[in-house]
Amino acid sequence: MAARELRAPRRLRSSNRIRRMLANHLATTAAVASTILVMAPLVAIFFYLLYKGASSLNLAFFTRPPAPVGETGGGMGNAILGSAILLGIASALGVPIGIAAGIYVAEFGRGGRLANTIRFTADVLNGVPSIVMGVSVYALIVLPQKHFSAFSGGVALGIMMIPTITRTTEEMLLMVPLSVREAALGLGVPRWRSVLSITLRTASPGVITGCMLAFARVAGETAPLLFTAFGNQFWSTSINQPIAALPLQIFVYATSPYDDWHRLAWAGSLVLILLIVVSVGLVRYVAGRGVLRGAS
Amino acid sequence: MGVGIEVSELNAWYGSNHTLQNINLRIPANHATALIGPSGCGKSTFVRCLNRMHETNPVGRVTGSVLIGQLDIYTQASPVEIRRRVGMVFQRPNPFPTMSIYDNVASGLRLNGYRNRVVLDEVVQRSLEQAALWEEVKDDLKKKSGASLSGGQQQRLCIARALAVDPEVMLMDEPASALDPVSTAKIEDLIFQLKSQYTIVIVTHNMQQAARVAENTGFFLNGRLVEFDATHKIFTNPRDKRTEDYITGRFG
Repeated sequence: MAARELRAPRRLRSSNRIRRMLANHLATTAAVASTILVMAPLVAIFFYLLYKGASSLNLAFFTRPPAPVGETGGGMGNAILGSAILLGIASALGVPIGIAAGIYVAEFGRGGRLANTIRFTADVLNGVPSIVMGVSVYALIVLPQKHFSAFSGGVALGIMMIPTITRTTEEMLLMVPLSVREAALGLGVPRWRSVLSITLRTASPGVITGCMLAFARVAGETAPLLFTAFGNQFWSTSINQPIAALPLQIFVYATSPYDDWHRLAWAGSLVLILLIVVSVGLVRYVAGRGVLRGAS
Repeated sequence: MGVGIEVSELNAWYGSNHTLQNINLRIPANHATALIGPSGCGKSTFVRCLNRMHETNPVGRVTGSVLIGQLDIYTQASPVEIRRRVGMVFQRPNPFPTMSIYDNVASGLRLNGYRNRVVLDEVVQRSLEQAALWEEVKDDLKKKSGASLSGGQQQRLCIARALAVDPEVMLMDEPASALDPVSTAKIEDLIFQLKSQYTIVIVTHNMQQAARVAENTGFFLNGRLVEFDATHKIFTNPRDKRTEDYITGRFG
């Protein structure tokens, strides 16, 4: 017995070192390989879009509406503007409501029946197919108004943003430590004020990430817009008129029989991805500018 | 100027757990009062009853009366008003992580609606000086986050933040227990200086600390106040056998 106890550590020292090194290399390799696997699709898509679409990108693409079939030239300027308007309406609607609901669920109604109902509703809403969202908004807004509109499209996208924002806001607020909340209360700060100025501010990087996720998700949605924004071949800035959107335009062009339009669809896809990357990066940059040295 | 505190028939519960039982106590103005006792004896709960923080816990409940100066804090004022008059420093330094040093100190005033820059500048400097932190941070006031300071500096920052709203009473819940000896000594010096202007109640596990900073000491055990007297009497000639056992290290 004693002899085994003495021998065991010696054996561990020599053979285990090799085993540990092997395990270490194996784990590192697996981690790196997984990283590459995760990044590969994005990089592949991006380069394929560059390859297919970059040649059709020129000034006209950004400044011109589509040309009629048979004519060369034309662009997606109206669709880019339309997407910006739709996403603006969607964000103006989805971000405040989503954050406010998240605050209620995490701070004021925690554990209550209403809060649990909101959380459940948000989870279900998150799983509702986007085409269903489009049909619902069609029934709720388009039918009574008797016309397609940018407004109804923005509402459809905005509703789709709410559940993601609500749930991430809730999660991020709950991560703010009790000690920080108590510090605010201990200073004689009213509850609502401490929630808005301390808890929400401490959680803001995560909340912003949630908003960007929701934004990026609806920026590429086509289905909810089919029955609402409808699409438009011409410039339009009215929220009461049908409006063009990049995903819609891509859908129409990609399913058309014309080579010319296929190329524009590729270019549109490239621009759509670039727009998402740029707007997410811009928000991160603006939000990160105020961060102080040593802030956790 | 500090004001005295008069506690009568105070009881506190966490759910069905009767944490404080019939506490009667007079804390004199402009003195430091130490509360000692083993873990879980209710001393933290007691100070949290003095600024109505106990009731922020969903299962917390309090009965009895606490007079701060002439004011019955449970019947004559809202919790928010009370907490402006009764400042609190917590066991772990808890600066607001997203705020600069300046914003941390100014937060109590700003969040209550004060906007005058000149006044804020003055208050921030005076509070940081009172907390003996001004010299160390005056060049980084708006550049560095409160969370970038060392633990001891963070705790003094929290003291400055509490002082900035000009309270009459300062509650300190083991303010030095997470700090190294040098930082602890600084905090104790601070308490010594502050008690001329504020009434200080300090919870501590460290009996030497109680002896160094406080004129009066109360000994808590199992949710009851066993003995309350001048510090030197508690430590040299306690009336109660249990107090003697505790300070001589026989339990706890």
